[in-house]
Amino acid sequence: MKYALFLGCTIPVRGQNYEMSAREVAKELGIEFVDLADFSCCGFPVKSTNAEASLIIAARNIAIAAKKGEKICTLCNACTSVLTEANKELSENKEIREKVNKELGKIGLEFKPGVEIKHFSRILYEDIGIEKISKKIKKDLSKLSISVHYGCHYLRPSELYDCFDDAENPSTVENLVAVTGAAVIDYKNKLECCGGAILGVEEDIALSMAKQKLDNVTANKVDALVTICPFCSIMYEDNQRKIESKFNVEYNLPVLYYPQVLGLALGIDQKKLGFRLNKVKAKVVLDKAGVEI
Amino acid sequence: MIDSKKLDPNFKYEVAAEIGGANINRCFACGTCTAGCPVREIDEKYNPRKIIRMVLLGMREHVLKSDFIWLCSTCYTCYDRCPQGVQLTSIMTALKNIAAREGYIHPSFKEQARLVSKFGRLYEVEDFDNKKREKLGLPPIKKNFDDITKIAKDTLPKEVIE
Repeated sequence: MKYALFLGCTIPVRGQNYEMSAREVAKELGIEFVDLADFSCCGFPVKSTNAEASLIIAARNIAIAAKKGEKICTLCNACTSVLTEANKELSENKEIREKVNKELGKIGLEFKPGVEIKHFSRILYEDIGIEKISKKIKKDLSKLSISVHYGCHYLRPSELYDCFDDAENPSTVENLVAVTGAAVIDYKNKLECCGGAILGVEEDIALSMAKQKLDNVTANKVDALVTICPFCSIMYEDNQRKIESKFNVEYNLPVLYYPQVLGLALGIDQKKLGFRLNKVKAKVVLDKAGVEI
Repeated sequence: MIDSKKLDPNFKYEVAAEIGGANINRCFACGTCTAGCPVREIDEKYNPRKIIRMVLLGMREHVLKSDFIWLCSTCYTCYDRCPQGVQLTSIMTALKNIAAREGYIHPSFKEQARLVSKFGRLYEVEDFDNKKREKLGLPPIKKNFDDITKIAKDTLPKEVIE
């Protein structure tokens, strides 16, 4: 199983623990990642300014993968939705495809339908599968209690994702956590957005959105919140101190990327999973997992 | 008070012609969008049902000059739940795109567009970043993308990338 790894903007400079752990987990489960140097931004950050520019940038990335005959594995939810949406739109609509290809022609590329694009968590769930993963588990994480934040663009718009999960009542990532032996703790308003996309527009609103999530997750006794998107993680982890001081609350809630948790269960050294880079220290998690720090 | 002389009855057609804007006329104002909106839950000034209503009424200038169109967090909850398939998230994008063309772009999005057009990414990658990546055992990443700069120059409104 081979995929071109699409990192996007945030992960390679601000979410290296996600990248490190995803690469380690992939290796362990027999997924080969190829790095294509020409992959750029997915296009999401310019969509609000100009949807056509976003579409062309997305198409450019897909065309680069197609040229090498590779499928795309994404780690960021926003990259997943923008690339998948462009892939669908350009595959189904000849008129738009011709227009976009005129632009891509200027840089020596062409969009052709047929490139598969999937989020890493979806690949783990659909293509590797819970059963195969369960056979590879070496470490019992049953002392851990974990809540999951899916992030909007992993599930919605649901028409993009062939209903591989239920957008109103998702279970894929929670099943992926459960296979490690950790207890999955449900919580109020699990589907609510992190607010990341409007952090630069109105910080107060975005931080209030993230606060609600942190309140709802910590209303239960949990050891960590698991995310699968770098921007959700920035909202809950990088901004956690800011939220704590702004609202005079205390969470001290470790926020882990899913492959970090799976990596521990697969017996991978925590150093290779980038735990040192987590801003809210996950000592409790590592202790309960019986891992030496 | 709405002044009917200031309304632009063609605004809804203008929005409908944008990418993803086509279904705006289907709205029957049920409010499913606003009821499930996580931004509205925090701050009442963002109200998707009201924004759609304003567009359908033709309140062009009011909508395009507003701060509220930039507050959609693009969570797609309303998009998924709308019984009429109005595709609200795409309509908010369409409104932001028209506003950007008319010079009302929010500074945060202007900066994002500037960064992507200059560096091909949302962040400028420095030597420091690639050194850090090397220490972590990760491959280096490319710093500039001339072809993205070209795409941006050909497609984005001029005042955005200057």
